[in-house]
Amino acid sequence: MSLHDLLIAPFAEFGFLRRALVGCLALAVAAPPLGVFLTLRRMSLTAEVLSHAVLPGIAAAYWVAGLSAAAMWAGGMAAGLVVALGAGALARATGGREDSTLTALYLLALAAGVAMISVSGGTGDLSTLLFGSVLGVDDDALLLMAGAATLTLLGLAFAWRPLALECFDPSFAQATGARGGAWHLLFLALVVLNVLAAFQALGTLMAVGLMMLPAIAARHWSRQLSGMVYASVAIAVAASLLGLLLSYHADLPTGPAIVLTAGGLWALSVLAGPVDGALPRLFRRRHLAG
Amino acid sequence: MTAPDRLRRNMISPPAITLTGLVASHGRHPAVHHLSGCFEPGSMTAVVGPNGAGKTTLLRTLAGLHRLDEGRIQAPGLTPARIALLPQAATMDRSFPIGCRDVVLQGLWARLGAFRSAGRAELTEAETALAAVGLGGFATRPVGSLSAGQFQRLLFARLLLQDAEVILLDEPFNAVDARTASDLLGVLRRWHGEGRTLIAVLHDLDLVRREFPEALLLARDPIAWGPTEATLSAENRMRARMMAEAWDEQAVTCEAA
Repeated sequence: MSLHDLLIAPFAEFGFLRRALVGCLALAVAAPPLGVFLTLRRMSLTAEVLSHAVLPGIAAAYWVAGLSAAAMWAGGMAAGLVVALGAGALARATGGREDSTLTALYLLALAAGVAMISVSGGTGDLSTLLFGSVLGVDDDALLLMAGAATLTLLGLAFAWRPLALECFDPSFAQATGARGGAWHLLFLALVVLNVLAAFQALGTLMAVGLMMLPAIAARHWSRQLSGMVYASVAIAVAASLLGLLLSYHADLPTGPAIVLTAGGLWALSVLAGPVDGALPRLFRRRHLAG
Repeated sequence: MTAPDRLRRNMISPPAITLTGLVASHGRHPAVHHLSGCFEPGSMTAVVGPNGAGKTTLLRTLAGLHRLDEGRIQAPGLTPARIALLPQAATMDRSFPIGCRDVVLQGLWARLGAFRSAGRAELTEAETALAAVGLGGFATRPVGSLSAGQFQRLLFARLLLQDAEVILLDEPFNAVDARTASDLLGVLRRWHGEGRTLIAVLHDLDLVRREFPEALLLARDPIAWGPTEATLSAENRMRARMMAEAWDEQAVTCEAA
């Protein structure tokens, strides 16, 4: 098998693979920067939680409008925002911790979602929903994914400084009137948007894989926020490309294939990354003179 | 136009900050209890008292970070941008991947906001502020690599750029070596000379007697407020030490005006 057969032929031959690639690249540019901010806010698991929380919204949309991508997006967005904002509001109103209210709400949403899907019957639809399918990336889905990526990049460009300030020193942000809370809400909305953008290609179970794994790996490539964001995007782009090829050649579902590839790149970063990597720690070079 | 230019043109004149029956509490238990008095424009006041006496809560209330339960703070025309608070460093995420210069530039938030870019003038100001606290050459160093004392100096550099008229300092010399403390004290003296109102929480009474003209002795209830020597009399300090640190679980609703 030549290099051409291995790397290029699948995309040249099959239109659905090209569409999946374009969709995943859109995701890979937009989602990892959000993931970097999530890890910095110690909210690495929040994206995972939100990816389950969107389920009842999607199921409800399926009941009302059938397999319409736009309806599922609207439903998922509504359910995700209710859980994300509801958890924050409940925690502030009752003085509890946000992670526990979030857990309570998302478990409720997940159970309701699974119940709703099983009532509506189609198990085939369910497995597509859970594991994703490249065939699910039709033109509508592609437009939505690209639109989500565009919105995310625009939103992040505006929210960058207040978000960074809110992460680093929340009480300074509050005292100077940076309105960190409002930016945080916008940020959560973008996270939900990206989780939804991912579920057609990757499935709800894996939707956050392309957001979080590159973001977690990025810590090993730079000590600066901007450098971490660049590194995370590069890793996500590589994972999308290699993951789709793996999925094609090994006949695996796309979701697990892409996430496994991203996981491989994360493991490589942990081992060999220049910042706090395992190997550079093992083979220490002699200290500097000053 | 840099900060010192502005200062030479017109002396800074913050408004007086008048407190009337100020009560700030955690839950329903008061941390600052019926405090009345006035921080005169350009005054330099040390807030002293035992642990749990409400010193930090008082500063946070003045900075607008803690809701007051009762009473009033009157400071005509004093907007949040004209007050700066140096918190205890422990509340910050020091593992955050950010360089020293970017932290200092946060002090220009009132001028730059969320979107405007920092031009050459702003970058120069940041470098000057870093040099002023002895952190020249640290511009691109990540904050995670600083020692506790260096981090405290970095926060002072950010305060320099905030250029605020009222500066609140919460234990500014904690974890700082003697030389750094005297450097930072020099910054405080300069601010005092420029006419800014300084309010600092401190534990070192010798330092307070030496450097601060006025003091407020707080033990949840105000014990004394005025010229330092009179405020820190042995009798007053004894009364402050009598404060019960624990909450009274059976406390009844306070009826005092």
